[in-house]
Amino acid sequence: MNSPIDTKKDYQEYVNQKSPNSPIWKNCLNAFWVGGLICSIGQIIFSFCMYRGLDETASSTVVSILLIALSAFLTGLNIFNKIGKIAGAGSLIPITGFANSIVAPAMEYKSEGYVMGVGAKMFTVAGPVLVYGISTAIVVGLVYLIFNTQAVLV
Amino acid sequence: MEFWQSFDWMLLIRCFVVGGLLCVIGQILIDKTKLTPARILVIYVTLGTILGGLGIYKYLVDFAGCGATVPLTGFGNNLAKGTIEAVKQNGILGAFTGGLKASAGGIAAAVFFGYIASLISKPKMKKQ
Repeated sequence: MNSPIDTKKDYQEYVNQKSPNSPIWKNCLNAFWVGGLICSIGQIIFSFCMYRGLDETASSTVVSILLIALSAFLTGLNIFNKIGKIAGAGSLIPITGFANSIVAPAMEYKSEGYVMGVGAKMFTVAGPVLVYGISTAIVVGLVYLIFNTQAVLV
Repeated sequence: MEFWQSFDWMLLIRCFVVGGLLCVIGQILIDKTKLTPARILVIYVTLGTILGGLGIYKYLVDFAGCGATVPLTGFGNNLAKGTIEAVKQNGILGAFTGGLKASAGGIAAAVFFGYIASLISKPKMKKQ
């Protein structure tokens, strides 16, 4: 430490000077290939299930379950956060990010016990996702019921 | 293996590109706005549900396969698709049962494997 940081402005300048300019192109490139790769793994699993005679719905459920299981355990082993540091949104946006968002806070609050720690904190991020997803889906269902049409297209 | 001969490589490329682009949009949102990852996930799911409800998202699924279904927009689309199918069969009851029924596998797996994984996880080491 050379000079002490007195004011908030000094601190801000210090941070700006130390933190590199967010290399957005590099981040996007990493997000692109990691995200694409995760989807491609899903596609290979999906095609394999179809090849083995499962129907489309069952195959995509198998894809979700396998990807979720994989990323849950990678998070538990502290590997997923290393991937996430490089990939950013590339590992967040696919369903892997949903699983990661369940395990990461659960691990962090493990010390608070298995019910209010692990059990409750699992849903700090997944909870809102489910709340908004399910509520929107019900609205979609009601709108479909009233107008009996899939809105603009079809 | 016989499987690889029947495998649609063009679909894999489309899947890679579309899945990658959806993640790039998320990355731009992270870098250029103050949105937290949780908000971005919520936006993706809600948007996917709306697009699925409007019948638009299925064109992307037809085009890109898992490139459209694996990102969280696909999870939303799945909720909407299940809801609409259930409404066709059971009317208003379907609006409440359909979405979760269609995505039950994913949600149950996430809860179960999430719980197991956090049980076996080692406490985080402090980085030097």
